[in-house]
Amino acid sequence: MNTLIAIAGLGIICLIAEIFNLRKAIVPVTIIGLLAVLGLNVAEYNELTQLAPGSKRAFYNNMVVSDFYGVAFSGLFIVLTIFLVALSPDFHKERKAKLSDFVAIKLFLLAGAIAMVSFGNLAMFFLGIEVLSIALYVLAASEPKNIKSNEAGMKYFLMGAFASGILLFGIALIYGATGSFDTSAIFDVAITGNEPEWFFIGIVMLTVGLLFKIAAVPFHFWAPDVYEGSPALTTATMSTLAKIAAMAAFFKLMRSMNYQVPGSYITIISIVAILSMTIGNLTALKQTNVKRMLAFSGISHAGFMLMVFFNPPAMGDILFYYAAAYAIAGIAAFAVVLYVCGNKGNEEIHNFNGLGKNNPLMAAVLTCALLSMGGIPILSGFFAKFFLFNEVLHTGHIAIVIVAVINSIISIGYYFKLILAMYTQDATGEKQPVPIMYGAVAVISILINIAIGLYPSVLLDLL
Amino acid sequence: MNVSIILIILLAGALVTYLAGNKWASKAAVLFSIAAFAATIGVTISYSNGEATSFIFHWLKSPNVFLAFQSDGLSLSMLLLTTALTPIILFSSLGNTFKNAKSFYALILFMAFAMAGAFISVDGFVYYIFWELALIPIYFIALVWGSGDSESRKKAVVKFFIYTFAGSLFMLVSFLYLYQKTGSFLSVHLYKAFLTPKEQLFVSLGFFLAYAIKIPVIPFHTWQANVYQKAPSAGTMLLSGIMLKMAIFSIVRWQLPIAPLAAKELMNVFIGLCIAGVIYGSVLALKQKDIKKLFAYSSLAHVGLIAAGTYTLTLDGLRGAFLQMIAHGFVVVGLFFAAEIIARRFETGKIEEMGGIRSQSPKFTSMFMILVLASVALPGTFNFIGEFELLYSLYQLDIWLAVLGGTTIILGAFYMLRMFQQVMLGEQNARAFADVTFGEGAVFVAIIAVLLFFGLYPKPIVDFITPELETILASINRFNLAR
Repeated sequence: MNTLIAIAGLGIICLIAEIFNLRKAIVPVTIIGLLAVLGLNVAEYNELTQLAPGSKRAFYNNMVVSDFYGVAFSGLFIVLTIFLVALSPDFHKERKAKLSDFVAIKLFLLAGAIAMVSFGNLAMFFLGIEVLSIALYVLAASEPKNIKSNEAGMKYFLMGAFASGILLFGIALIYGATGSFDTSAIFDVAITGNEPEWFFIGIVMLTVGLLFKIAAVPFHFWAPDVYEGSPALTTATMSTLAKIAAMAAFFKLMRSMNYQVPGSYITIISIVAILSMTIGNLTALKQTNVKRMLAFSGISHAGFMLMVFFNPPAMGDILFYYAAAYAIAGIAAFAVVLYVCGNKGNEEIHNFNGLGKNNPLMAAVLTCALLSMGGIPILSGFFAKFFLFNEVLHTGHIAIVIVAVINSIISIGYYFKLILAMYTQDATGEKQPVPIMYGAVAVISILINIAIGLYPSVLLDLL
Repeated sequence: MNVSIILIILLAGALVTYLAGNKWASKAAVLFSIAAFAATIGVTISYSNGEATSFIFHWLKSPNVFLAFQSDGLSLSMLLLTTALTPIILFSSLGNTFKNAKSFYALILFMAFAMAGAFISVDGFVYYIFWELALIPIYFIALVWGSGDSESRKKAVVKFFIYTFAGSLFMLVSFLYLYQKTGSFLSVHLYKAFLTPKEQLFVSLGFFLAYAIKIPVIPFHTWQANVYQKAPSAGTMLLSGIMLKMAIFSIVRWQLPIAPLAAKELMNVFIGLCIAGVIYGSVLALKQKDIKKLFAYSSLAHVGLIAAGTYTLTLDGLRGAFLQMIAHGFVVVGLFFAAEIIARRFETGKIEEMGGIRSQSPKFTSMFMILVLASVALPGTFNFIGEFELLYSLYQLDIWLAVLGGTTIILGAFYMLRMFQQVMLGEQNARAFADVTFGEGAVFVAIIAVLLFFGLYPKPIVDFITPELETILASINRFNLAR
């Protein structure tokens, strides 16, 4: 709860700093502030460990609930935001005047994300998802002179608003069925087994809304265009922070309201997962734009993450680990993409030609990040897939594991397209120096990625 | 001496080599590889004296994973092969200059590290990690430092990567399934697993896919010849000398003892595919015009026979496979090195452009001759012992299998000697062929010494590996006792 208030406060401080002409201090202060918030978050975690296992702390009539799941994900979101904020000054160096806006919006986005994993009430959940989404609409359209950015913002807003509508309809139906917005009250009704039919219609509508937010097939059509059109840093935010926030909220929602998942729901989720993995990967193979490629790769990863629904009670930690591995690798990859394509105006693969010679360090970071997403040991992406497959096999779904394995193989095809460009093609452009923040974020995030690969229990034991 | 020390030396070697800079990289790499070899001998001596050399550490609680490195006759013999060939391979590439040499030599050491890890790990999960890790360095070695047109090289190397990665993932699924059944990845526990015949079938096929692609067995061999030809010779040597042995070793270590019923059930299929590879490789080798491709197909044939031997599930077959793996490792490295020496001087791989080297370089000619004869399993060489035992194990099953498998020797003698004739004999070549340098000669002498010594006196190796093979056979036959 404290973290949520502190982050919102930090965002406001950012805006005020601009008024008092303290522009240079914004990013350092924000990063230090976020580190302090991370400290608060850890303190909150420690408080929880002193309670009896499985208990939660509720605030404001159960509006906000802090449990291990929520606090762990909050910590991950804060770390990701630190990276994203650290990348901002170099990315926005031509529009310094707006820097405070960009940073503040990212902080509000973070507040939304945290609300999405620590809600105890559907109203709070909806508030969180809207705060996150509106921040993203603004960021997507934040280059007013670039027509593609306008297009991205418009598309994302229209589609997102539509999804929010469906979501809200679902919430209304659930309220009608159970008489409450409180997730624990809804849960109490749901386990009695005599809830009216429209309860399930409500659940399905919630599912549709959230599948849209995580860009799972067949609700993924917005993702490639929006990812491509948005400024690269916004794409990085969407594909890492926003995606895993939506996924974490989805999982929390279903786990807290729909404990005994009916078989037909599992069937739907497995079909969506298989479609997301396969279509995401197959389409990614054909892309020549790195941002589009990463968008489709994100779709396929959403499919992988959906497999946690086979056994929700046991898979919270697996989802957390997978999300962390995926998002941290994504940050590392985007730091390099920002460096390479910063002043090129597009993100075509040929921009990466010869990076292996021009800048071996950044090329190595991008290689590691892509290998992690592809699932090659010793990077954490491999362990994430391994833990996931292990648990899914435990539930007896062998067929979907085989499909996932085949998809891992396909994904190697497009990840390697980029690696090949870096190491086998000759450089076309001039060698450019690496902005220090890009380099630092890239290296630190890839080191974190390797570290959580070597010590996966650090994250797994959090939940 | 603890066996994990070898891994530490090789990994540290890779790091130091990279940091040493382009000028000193090769020397640092050779130094560390020799240190690793010395350490391996130290471990082998400790092991023979009955000291505890294995290493175990509980790495992950859930899932239950141990960093477990075991030294026994099998793993140590393969470890010796790896650490003995690594300095030879490094030594053989000293004559070339590489762009960005520090990365090149560091990658070779890193690959040796990964392969050594795969040989000594007895925890399936850790083993899988090492198995996959070995893929990354060879990918970059073949891609960045390979020869020929970059587009076609890229295609060949990516195909290789995707093939092997695909195979390995199915192996991972098999391991995961076994973990669900037994709650452990440790080989000691997996050897005791009693799976139903149907379960064994799927587990065994998962393993087979991974190994068949890496060995390679027909019909999974299509990546091989192109990659062997296009990789730099150090990469080809690593692939053919050590990496494919990793797969055959894994058949004996994992596939057979874990799922013996399936191995018996599918014995005809497995052996049939392997023998088909023998004939196919031999016939294609007859038609090759490129010397490295010829060696690649000949390797396909020899390796097919080794794999066939393991699938006979007899002591002779398994032992022959290990002996022949070591012998083949040395011979194939020697042959590719010979091809590299010719390529350095003539700058071609085409057999028809060679010829008449004998009169210019008698020393090279005689060394090459010995390697060719060893490759066709002439009695007195190590390869003869291995191939003989392999063919004998096939004969125990069916005489026709032995006859078909024997084509590797008959056809091998034909195409290898014809190749020798075309490359070395004939009228003196117009281009100058400098005699072998001291360094190049030393590599040949070391290889030939090993081949001849163990060819005449194989007892030390046989005694070293047989007890362990017998325990593996006991695991394979555990279902017979249960009934």
